[in-house]
Amino acid sequence: MKQMNWKELPHAGTVLKAGNANEYKTGSWRSYKPRWIEENCIQCLFCWIYCPDSSVTVKDEKMTGFDYDHCKGCGICAMECPGKKGNKAIVMEEEGK
Amino acid sequence: MAGTTTKTVAVTGNQAVAEALRQLNPDVMPAYPITPSTGIMESFTKFVSDGKVDTETILVESEHSAMSACIGAAAAGGRVATATSSQGMALMWEMLHIASGYRLPILMALVNRALSAPLNIHGDHSDGMGMRDCSWIQLFCENAQEAYDNTIMAYRIAEHKDVRLPIAVNMDGFIISHSIESMQFITDEDVKKFAGDYIAMDPLLDIDHPKSIGALVLPDYYMEHKRVQHEAMINAKKVVSDVSAEFAKMTGRKYELFESYRLEDAEVVLVALNSAAGTIKDEVDRYREKGVKAGLLKPRLFRPFPYEEVGAALKNAKAVCVMDRADSYGGYGPMFMEIASAVYPHRGPVLFNKIYGLGGRDLMPLDVDQVIEETAEVAKTGKAKMMKEYITVRN
Repeated sequence: MKQMNWKELPHAGTVLKAGNANEYKTGSWRSYKPRWIEENCIQCLFCWIYCPDSSVTVKDEKMTGFDYDHCKGCGICAMECPGKKGNKAIVMEEEGK
Repeated sequence: MAGTTTKTVAVTGNQAVAEALRQLNPDVMPAYPITPSTGIMESFTKFVSDGKVDTETILVESEHSAMSACIGAAAAGGRVATATSSQGMALMWEMLHIASGYRLPILMALVNRALSAPLNIHGDHSDGMGMRDCSWIQLFCENAQEAYDNTIMAYRIAEHKDVRLPIAVNMDGFIISHSIESMQFITDEDVKKFAGDYIAMDPLLDIDHPKSIGALVLPDYYMEHKRVQHEAMINAKKVVSDVSAEFAKMTGRKYELFESYRLEDAEVVLVALNSAAGTIKDEVDRYREKGVKAGLLKPRLFRPFPYEEVGAALKNAKAVCVMDRADSYGGYGPMFMEIASAVYPHRGPVLFNKIYGLGGRDLMPLDVDQVIEETAEVAKTGKAKMMKEYITVRN
């Protein structure tokens, strides 16, 4: 992408287009990634509520997985996940393994 | 007086600025009163209580918060003003950069006062010089009339589409802020017409167009943002001239980027800001009568600094004494550094620097006489005895 010169910048550096943070991919910052184990999931949606980066994907009120383009691997979802009968539905695994 | 009716009044500098603010009727005025600027808020909050303005005043818990509230209100889309002095401005310092970086045309009445320690409430320019690099337009005023007039002009300068930067109007603490002077007010109607309606750029309260201000900028773009700010500052010089010319048409009172007093053929020149200029003018007259070609250059616009114009005005002088009512310890006074930069391309007069009036110490006519005589001597010999000296200090 060609970078703007100083005369082309928007006034005061104001970001005039709403919601464009979505275009900035931050998934590569992650060193641990969450893995969803569907058979242990009770669809409580705690992960969706707690995720600080809106990276838990939900369709028709059901958890369907993760947006790995933006998930930074903080592990809060795995920590909060109650699982089923003591078995977590979200576990953290090292990237690249 | 062309096209306007004015009223002669006797008021303090603070009352004069408060009256200008009443007439400008800003949307929001956050402030944390501090000596010697307190009188501005005292008068202004009375206007608010009496329903004379539509302004919402926000009495905050510190000056840092005052400037933060100014930034929030201005980013929301309001016309905003505040008043402060000394430590108050110093506490605002971090936020002053945010205000200019966001390109918000906030108006600050800065009543100049010394900085602690030692604790001192009296007038010098340490606070104003401390905001030199904050990207605020800085106007300096000799008396109550100038403080009033420059305040009336301030929004027109700051809000101009080529500028969009905050502006500070400076006057000397106590000497001007608390002394009663005879001066002239412009009518409310004329001020309203002159100041015009405010059109905010990208206001946050325009909720149909959501936007984000103050985003993180990394090394790949930071310098471009700062380069734009310099351009806006440079643009301000022409805007100050244009607005001042329009103001002169309305009131008959002419303001240039700096005032030249008997400067045209002057060989012995003093440079000084604000109230000291009044005393110096009297002494320049006395020495002119004695046959000394003395003159005064009184800067009005300090940022952006009009280097070319000042350089051209001083290049034919033989000796120039730059008088600073602020210091850069271990360096020259801040005004000296500007004048030296302005004169540098011309290989012009011999320059030297006097520090005076710190912490409100009086500059008496006899002190000015000594400076004029020394400058005349330097003009003759072509050599300054001392490049930087503190005058009226006990040795």
